[in-house]
Amino acid sequence: MIYEVIIAGKTYKVELSPAGPTWRCKLDGCVIPLDVASSQNGVLSILVDGKSYEVRQETTPTETNIVVGRERFGAVVCDSRSLRSRRSSGGAESGLKKVIASMPGKVLRILAPAGTAVEAEQSVLVIEAMKMQNEMKSPKKGTVKKISAVEGSTVEAGQVLAEIE
Amino acid sequence: MFKKVLIANRGEIAVRIIRACREMGIASVAVFSDVDRGALHVSKADEAYAIGPAPASESYLNTEKIISTAARCGADAIHPGYGFLSENPAFARACDEAGIKFIGPPPSAMEMMGSKTRARQAVQAAGLPAVPGSDRGLSVEEAVSLAGEIGFPVMIKAAAGGGGKGMRQVRTPADLRPAYATARSEAERAFKNGEIYLEKFIENPRHIEIQVLGDEHGNLIYLGERECSVQRRHQKVIEEAPSAIVDEDLRRRMGQVAVQVARAAGYTNAGTVEFLVDSGRNFYFLEMNTRLQVEHPVTEMVTGLDLVHLQLQIASGKKLPLRQADINIRGHAIECRIYAEDPDNNFFPSPGKISRLLQPSGPGIREDTGVYEGWTVPLDYDPMLSKLIAYAPDRTAAIARMRRALDEYFISGIKTNLSLFRRLLEHPDFAAARIDTGFLERMLAFKADANTSPEGLVKIAAISAALFAARAPANPDQNGKAKANGEKPNSSNWTRTARIEALRSQ
Repeated sequence: MIYEVIIAGKTYKVELSPAGPTWRCKLDGCVIPLDVASSQNGVLSILVDGKSYEVRQETTPTETNIVVGRERFGAVVCDSRSLRSRRSSGGAESGLKKVIASMPGKVLRILAPAGTAVEAEQSVLVIEAMKMQNEMKSPKKGTVKKISAVEGSTVEAGQVLAEIE
Repeated sequence: MFKKVLIANRGEIAVRIIRACREMGIASVAVFSDVDRGALHVSKADEAYAIGPAPASESYLNTEKIISTAARCGADAIHPGYGFLSENPAFARACDEAGIKFIGPPPSAMEMMGSKTRARQAVQAAGLPAVPGSDRGLSVEEAVSLAGEIGFPVMIKAAAGGGGKGMRQVRTPADLRPAYATARSEAERAFKNGEIYLEKFIENPRHIEIQVLGDEHGNLIYLGERECSVQRRHQKVIEEAPSAIVDEDLRRRMGQVAVQVARAAGYTNAGTVEFLVDSGRNFYFLEMNTRLQVEHPVTEMVTGLDLVHLQLQIASGKKLPLRQADINIRGHAIECRIYAEDPDNNFFPSPGKISRLLQPSGPGIREDTGVYEGWTVPLDYDPMLSKLIAYAPDRTAAIARMRRALDEYFISGIKTNLSLFRRLLEHPDFAAARIDTGFLERMLAFKADANTSPEGLVKIAAISAALFAARAPANPDQNGKAKANGEKPNSSNWTRTARIEALRSQ
């Protein structure tokens, strides 16, 4: 199995093959002598040359992090399929962009209804959760093409709230 | 002693009070809203009753429903915890009228201390030190003239205020009128009371508070101080006891003033007198909180007392089992308030399901929690999940112990402020106790350098990410979210993450 892992903008190529209870591993072509054990879901114990690492997988509605000791790394793992879709997704500022709910909550107000011209970082709607009101902002300058939430409705984290063109 | 106590609260504090009841052989009664049926306090209590829909105004703030529930199940006392109805004198009166003991101070003391201006009047009448300013509500013209007298900068505050609402710092005369207007409208909206007063602004003060305890026979004592200067938007983030700048002499002087304030209010049960302390270690009365505080555990650790046990004893009419001379401060305790919020994203709340929870343990660690693995944190209430407390012989050892516990602590599924505490506790100014109420905001204004991790750990992280992906079972997404986004149901979390990233870069 070959994975590409992106951490802080840098891509690491990891090759894995099962070897009994543990794994054989190559990182960017170099063999890493690895001893892996896991007794708990989401937690790995890794031994490399006698050094012990406790690694935990932290998932939230919008991202996945790898926690090694006290360090936390935002990591994206790509298989070949998702890599292709990533590469064909076009330029950063062109096309349709989505406003995505970063947390579950209730839509309190729509500030920029469909048809409104918005600047980058302009607030499109307000979500309330845990007594706090949070403004969801436009990722780019453009026009609000569609609002996919109504005032008073409850939304999930990761849900598309609006599309900006 | 009471036979059965109803806890009119939820979350960690409800669990904390239930535990004390269990230890004292008192039956405990939980109440819960529709979204809290699966909450920890419900399963921990001896009895539990539904009191209404999710909005607090229809459940945890529903006086009638709570009192009728208590009467029906035969509870002889109600503990209000903190927040919700804990500082509501009308609720305390209603309990009295129903023949149920309210575990807290008399309603008259709550009323006096609940109005910041009445509290200031009482403190000044007793000749005690308060921040210079007005002791009654002011018109905008009066505010302008008083500010000129005491000098800028000043603080404009709502008499009914709390939690930083209706509060504005004003640095120049030109800013006073607009600040007055916004504070007033904010106070009217939040507290239905637009009374505004004014105080001199103390530059970079420390926030230090004294725990007091009074019985119903006229005995009042103080249990030392708590340092609560690490705050964000007037909300405490870390508390510790004792304070690094309070010595025996200052502790005695502040303690005596706190006891006098409590006496002036006719106070009984547990309460907290808050002070601002300036750089010259002069202290000024700020306000009194007429309830058990969130941060009470640090006082419990350094005094060896159980404040909830004592609250129950006092409310049942017993005399304080301690005199002032019996109170000794030993060791050092630190508390971190763990919230479901994202410190990397302007502290957005992050309710949701806790998919993984690994809690620290070992020497000197206490955790007062209201959550468990698999629990979905509702979006209807305060985002506090838990309080982590470290106790050690001295401050340096307590910081090291807390850092060790934070390394062990792991929550997945929702975002939390654990990373903020890791950053805070390794800050040289925190280590040296150079803290004031502006410390945290100043620290947050500096962006942390993201690329300081050792290269070796990055490689371990990269390998681990691939290992987790390789081990992930290719079964349908449990919460069906991927399906809702129009993706194939068997895509793993990893590939989904990759696609979310791809969506973002469109």
